[in-house]
Amino acid sequence: MSVRVALHSPTGSRSFLERGLLLLVMLIFLEGTVLTLGAASSPDISAQDNTGGGHDRRDDHRGIAGSHEHTNYTYTKKAFPVLSLDYHHIQVPFEISLWVLLASLMKLGFHLIPRLSSIVPESCLLIVVGLLVGGLIKLAGEEVPPVLDSNLFFLCLLPPIILDAGYFLPIRPFMENIGTILMFAVVGTLWNAFFVGGLLYAVCQIEGTYLSQVELLPCLLFGSIISAVDPVAVLAVFEEIHINELLHILVFGESLLNDAVTVVLYHLFEEYSGAGEVTPMDVVLGVICFLIVSLGGIAVGAIYGILAAFTSRFTSHTRVIEPLFVFVYSYMAYLSAEMFHLSGIMALIACGAVMRPYVEANISHKSHTTVKYFLKMWSSVSETLIFIFLGVATVAGPHAWNWTFVSVTVILCLVSRVIGVVGLTFIINKFRIVKLTTKDQFIVAYGGLRGAIAFSLGYLLDKDLFPMRTMFLTAIITEIFFTVFVQGMTIKPLVDLLAVKKKQEAKRSINEEIHTQFLDHLLTGIEDICGHYGHHHWKDKLNRFNKKYIKKCLIAGERYKEPQLIAFYHKMEFKQAIELVESGGGVKLPSAMPSQVSMQNIQPKKLPPAVAERALPQFTKGREEEIRKILRSNLQKTRQRLRSYNRHTLVADPFEDGWNDFLLKKQRMIELEKKMTEMSNYLTVPAAPPDSPTMCRARLASDPNAFYNIKASSEGVPTIQVDLASPQSPDSVNMLNEFSKRGATDQGLGQREGATRDEDQGLMMKPSSAGKVEKGEEDGGNKNPGLMRCLSDPGPSNEDEEDEPFLP
Amino acid sequence: MLVDSNLNIILVNSNLGLWQKAVNISHDNVVVTNIFSCHVFFCSRQDLASISALDNNPLRAQIINAFFDKRNLRQNEAGTVQVIGFEEFLMVMSHFRPAAMHITEEEREKLRREKLRFVFNMHDTDSDGTITLEEYRRAVEELLSKAGTIGQETAKAIADAAMLEVASTTRGKMEPDEFYEGITFENFLQILKTFDIETRMHIRFLNMDTATMRCGK
Repeated sequence: MSVRVALHSPTGSRSFLERGLLLLVMLIFLEGTVLTLGAASSPDISAQDNTGGGHDRRDDHRGIAGSHEHTNYTYTKKAFPVLSLDYHHIQVPFEISLWVLLASLMKLGFHLIPRLSSIVPESCLLIVVGLLVGGLIKLAGEEVPPVLDSNLFFLCLLPPIILDAGYFLPIRPFMENIGTILMFAVVGTLWNAFFVGGLLYAVCQIEGTYLSQVELLPCLLFGSIISAVDPVAVLAVFEEIHINELLHILVFGESLLNDAVTVVLYHLFEEYSGAGEVTPMDVVLGVICFLIVSLGGIAVGAIYGILAAFTSRFTSHTRVIEPLFVFVYSYMAYLSAEMFHLSGIMALIACGAVMRPYVEANISHKSHTTVKYFLKMWSSVSETLIFIFLGVATVAGPHAWNWTFVSVTVILCLVSRVIGVVGLTFIINKFRIVKLTTKDQFIVAYGGLRGAIAFSLGYLLDKDLFPMRTMFLTAIITEIFFTVFVQGMTIKPLVDLLAVKKKQEAKRSINEEIHTQFLDHLLTGIEDICGHYGHHHWKDKLNRFNKKYIKKCLIAGERYKEPQLIAFYHKMEFKQAIELVESGGGVKLPSAMPSQVSMQNIQPKKLPPAVAERALPQFTKGREEEIRKILRSNLQKTRQRLRSYNRHTLVADPFEDGWNDFLLKKQRMIELEKKMTEMSNYLTVPAAPPDSPTMCRARLASDPNAFYNIKASSEGVPTIQVDLASPQSPDSVNMLNEFSKRGATDQGLGQREGATRDEDQGLMMKPSSAGKVEKGEEDGGNKNPGLMRCLSDPGPSNEDEEDEPFLP
Repeated sequence: MLVDSNLNIILVNSNLGLWQKAVNISHDNVVVTNIFSCHVFFCSRQDLASISALDNNPLRAQIINAFFDKRNLRQNEAGTVQVIGFEEFLMVMSHFRPAAMHITEEEREKLRREKLRFVFNMHDTDSDGTITLEEYRRAVEELLSKAGTIGQETAKAIADAAMLEVASTTRGKMEPDEFYEGITFENFLQILKTFDIETRMHIRFLNMDTATMRCGK
């Protein structure tokens, strides 16, 4: 709704581009109309009217309107209008779509041009595009629409970017550096505002600048607008330079948290500019107001965040709308905060950060992906639009260029930023464990980009109260252009030049995660021992409270019990499994590890020495591998099943729904593997006997009759004798049976079942049926029937038989 | 526990009772420089175990063991002691001191090794210089011991996965019949290369209060 309202005014006049597009579309349509009508051989006026409109687009609307009325009142005379045109009807959404399309195409285009995006930051290019579009509109003789309207900006364009930032805020580094960030955000911004505002006023008083009519309060107001680092600009530039986590969170955190200061200063000065006098009481009120704005914003955000988490607890049956809750609750948080003039940005950040851990545990993996993609998509489109609009607004706006004012603004901004950062770092470094080096300070100071928030705030100023509004806007735009173009373009080479530590791309390893957790508990323990209630103590308390009460309320099912380490492990395992399946494999065991090394290598050798000595290769290594491979691929196949389509649920994700299933199966697979390893240790039969000892023994173990018979003729069959001598053979036989049966059920393969059936038949064969056995296998024709029976089925080709069940 | 900017421990106000001392922890050894008033202090396992705040800590046993481990007491021998005095206590605590203000790369590396050695010793329960799979599993199980049954079930898998990771990063490809005995300290350093322990493993004792110091006199 707000989109409509906000966009209505800027779209009062159509842009050149749209007109061109519109004309094209219209001509195509009209041609179609004429043709149809011609075919129906009923020439009528309205069609001609329309064609006329098509030729002269200025008369377009009138023509259509006319034809409309015409058909409405005298439609008995006229044929039914097969096609009519009503652009006004769709104007607003159509033009919004056009802008979004333009933004997206531009973004697309930049990344198609090789090397361009590595030299110039995207934000600069987008501003240039905005300038060009604005110029084109102006060339077409149209009035440039005031696209960067404050309402549009604050209600539509800004929230997605901030929500994206808040939702994916790296909480740990943020909280670890919260002191430094707050220092920069609050004290730094205050310093900047007063330094710039005050000195600017002093400069204005100098004779000959023709600026003596500028008063102190408007100067301070201007200072407070221009001093805030802009999250949109910072994100756009810092995302491309891949700076290390610490610097990124410092600059970015500052840009987020200084919103409260800016909001308060803005409202204070705006208020006092009307009133004139400032008393000490007002200053106190200002401080209180700051606390209310910031803490209130956080509180509003947190409340909505908890509500969102609580709602997501119950969405397990309507997975499709899950992502919506994340967006709607956050937007409501932002609007509610704005309603009271609290810091909407802080509310959004708080909301996103609070809801994320709980929502993520509740919603399905697919919904999580959806949330992620939607946030990224919206924020990147918003960002693109903001920069383009900034360019358009530059062309559009009335400008009052004053060399002194503009250049002094740019210089003062730089100077105050440098002084502020260096001074504050000096203080902060006294308390920090990781000191900020000179390089770090330079990047923090240089990364202080200004952006569209400043412009929108300037745009909001009342023309009557601030006669200098136009000059302010011009100065703001210049400062934005300076920071975005000069600083934004040079920061990347500078980072390379100074060899500032870059972000480590390596993914987090499980060992690091274990030790992170380990260290947390260790430090808490040490603090407890020396009776010092420090950070870790309170963090631990909070964690325990969170686990005990909050998680229980907000997370559905059993997952709230899951400690972080286990969650991390599962996530990792899941990712690996997906990668595995995507790579089309099934060859590797989906363990959570790169499987260059198998579990076998690190498994402690448990074999008693006597057995180890006798360990003769039952399966050769290669065959064992082969068998495992086949086992795995078959196990994976079973979890892919089809589901019927439902409008309210997406087609079931085999990985997601079958996840538990999959875990179970994996478990079973590991067990199987282990069993196989054990087996190869136990089954210590002389290498490659002519017939299958295992099968023989299987029969022996289950057929007492055969056992007896063998005993009778033991001298003739040496292999069997060996088996009997082995005390472990019954054990191993049972194991093999169990193993092969399990395998059969797991795989459910035809051959497999067939093989098992064969085996069963073999076991149940009566002496009378021995004659059916193929002659080829009866090499020892003089053996008694019992022995024949037990040798008959496996036969000399037993090796193959044994393999067969495993073949797909 | 109070530490001033030169890393002097000035006062220890512990759950174990009140001890007051001024100790200068230099980089290598603990030197008692000045004693304000020193209660005779000996501490046994039972004393540490009686601290109620530790009850909820999954690493309780390991932490207590660390205080009585000779390796952490800068004696180059394995084994445990039964009772520790104040100096020994501080020696263990000195592993948790923050890095000094200006520190060279060399010192940083040394500090890093020292801190990692402490953690390594906690895992290496039989002090043979390697963390075997068994030991690692036990460590992870302990870590997850407050997580109920899910923890115990997963702990083994996690330890196995972690061990596999160590083996594959330190050894590269292994033949099926090769055997990875366990994590040596060098391996341990290697896998936690990106883990900035020198900045993480510290306790902030910042409430320096000279008034208390004078009272102790």
